[in-house]
Amino acid sequence: MPPTIGRPHPTAWEPLMATVAPVATPQPRESSGALTLAERRPGRGLWRDAWRRLRRNKMAMAGLVYLVLLAFVAVLAPAIAPQNPVTSDVRTAGNYRKAAWLDDANPLRTGDWTYPLGTDSIGRDVFSRLVFGTRVSLVVGFVPMFVILAIGVPLGLASGFAGGRIDNLLMRLTDVVYAFPSILFFIIMQISFKDTGFGKLLGGLILLFVTLSILNWTGIARLVRGDTLALKEKEYVEAARSNGASVGRIILRHILPNALGPIIVAGAFIVPGAIISEAVLSYLGIGVRPDVSVDTPFPTSWGQMILEGSKSWQAQSWMLIAPSAAIALITLAFTFLGDGLRDALDPRETR
Amino acid sequence: MLGFLFRRVLWILPVVFTVAAVTFFLMYRAPGGPWDTDKPVPAGTRENLNRRFGLDKPLWVNPDAVAAKRDQGVDNPFTLGRAYLDAQFPNYMIGVFRFDLGPSYASKGTETVQRVIVDKLPTSAKVGLVALVFALIVGLPLGIASALRQNTWVDYLALFTSTIGAAVPTFVSGILVLIFMSQVFGVSPIRRPEEWEGLGRAYLLPGMVLGLGTTAYIARLTRSSLLEIKRQDYIRTARAKGLGETKVVGRHMLRNALIPVLTILGPAAADLLTGSFIIETIFNVPGLGREFVTSIGRRDYSMIMGTTLFYAVLIALANVTVDLSYGLVDPRIRVKR
Repeated sequence: MPPTIGRPHPTAWEPLMATVAPVATPQPRESSGALTLAERRPGRGLWRDAWRRLRRNKMAMAGLVYLVLLAFVAVLAPAIAPQNPVTSDVRTAGNYRKAAWLDDANPLRTGDWTYPLGTDSIGRDVFSRLVFGTRVSLVVGFVPMFVILAIGVPLGLASGFAGGRIDNLLMRLTDVVYAFPSILFFIIMQISFKDTGFGKLLGGLILLFVTLSILNWTGIARLVRGDTLALKEKEYVEAARSNGASVGRIILRHILPNALGPIIVAGAFIVPGAIISEAVLSYLGIGVRPDVSVDTPFPTSWGQMILEGSKSWQAQSWMLIAPSAAIALITLAFTFLGDGLRDALDPRETR
Repeated sequence: MLGFLFRRVLWILPVVFTVAAVTFFLMYRAPGGPWDTDKPVPAGTRENLNRRFGLDKPLWVNPDAVAAKRDQGVDNPFTLGRAYLDAQFPNYMIGVFRFDLGPSYASKGTETVQRVIVDKLPTSAKVGLVALVFALIVGLPLGIASALRQNTWVDYLALFTSTIGAAVPTFVSGILVLIFMSQVFGVSPIRRPEEWEGLGRAYLLPGMVLGLGTTAYIARLTRSSLLEIKRQDYIRTARAKGLGETKVVGRHMLRNALIPVLTILGPAAADLLTGSFIIETIFNVPGLGREFVTSIGRRDYSMIMGTTLFYAVLIALANVTVDLSYGLVDPRIRVKR
């Protein structure tokens, strides 16, 4: 059986795989009204079961703990960062000062714990920049996820439930979005809007959110549509309908709760995808623009740091290793968490 | 089935048309033009170039040309219609349907876009090929070992490495590998042009890094499909009748488990081809992906359009094969309609 049909999955060609959502096999759910069940019998509900399964998964929990830690780092960045990430005094900081544990013939390049990961070409503390970079990555990961869910879930529900012409139109629209080479779309969007007022909002973050949302809502819409198609044929939906429940009530109380598991899993995989996209764009020099004002909340991003680091890694290799490792770790954490959520929320797929 | 295939392939046309229109719109929104070079081109030359390549015409439709023809007394609807569509985008699309992607503006028209694509594609394809071969010869054994030794350290190690392979973006692993190789082994990241001819050593590193994600995916796919088959009745039957372990695994399990892997190879190949341009940028591979990134910087409109459309067709075709292949793997999700 092909695994994870229509489910976002952290592989390169997943957008291609996701197109089969409309013909995906229906996933049997444990019960209807999962939420009410959980309320009545604490400890036995679908969500509590899922949470228990998730807690037992060590890798998923490690990922979750790491992400919570990063969230604290992002919020408390000014308190954690030992130096200001933007300003510097080259006379004391030195340029390309090595990481704290490394020696160099030049005393201004010898590692010093005042600058744990050394300094860059103009004496800015690499570690502090890394700490502040967490902010961009988390924001770039999470904000588009919520936008994408807010667009994709209602559209998928409506399309799957209504069927017919609306459904057809929506599916054709998703075909177009899928056919767009995504990274090319990113580049073209960045180039065409970068210098407009809209492109400069929040240092380019807003433009990035919009692009990410345009590209990704279709995956969720298709996923939700496929689930809705299967779920609306269930006996309990028929029962609700014969009880005289309104369409809105059927969708909100009976279909949505049962489709929530895959939606959450998909959401967990959108985040690392968005973070990587930002990093790639910044690495190509067309992503978030570095901000040099002294008290900016978003001075730099990890992708930006990789770009800077890849130009001078021979002088100061930690400028490159640190942000690369940071991106690798955050995507790993999300992957472990996403895999864990999939196992926890979709008992049928566990083995 | 055939009707479905036909409809799906036919559907590529409007999809590609929309992709073209959106790309065209966004491209012309971007500031700058193909003649903005380091040495400023004199206004007269610029005008001549624009006229020569039809860049002085309106973007979408040309009502002025219709009016002009009318004034000349032409009332043939076909001539008038052609005049109405004598604008940049319609002209381009008419060219595309004649398989003419136009001249590359960066070369001032001395080279055609399809020439550049034909020249550069083999290099990208070779990187993709190395990636695919690498993914198969590493991913398959990894998945098989993992499934046959389920819940042992072999399994955990294989799962862990394949998760890392799938999660770490290629541009991060690419940069790290490049640094590691040049620091430890002194491999220069800059290669001479002739090293990219043939299928030489130069392709090894970019290919392997590009293939990491696919490797991980193949490993996970092989593992999960083997695990499912391991529990089937016919495997128990095979064991019960006294078949040796090699035969059970080789004849009965692997053969069935590999079908899903086979079906992903098509889309994987298309993806490795299109996804390679970050790798090409990092490793300085003179392929189509890097050509595309450069062409955006140069506002080489026809080159941007040509490559985007080429990739879009490739992706759309891959999508069709995915849909079809699922029917082949699992008759339960046969194409209905």
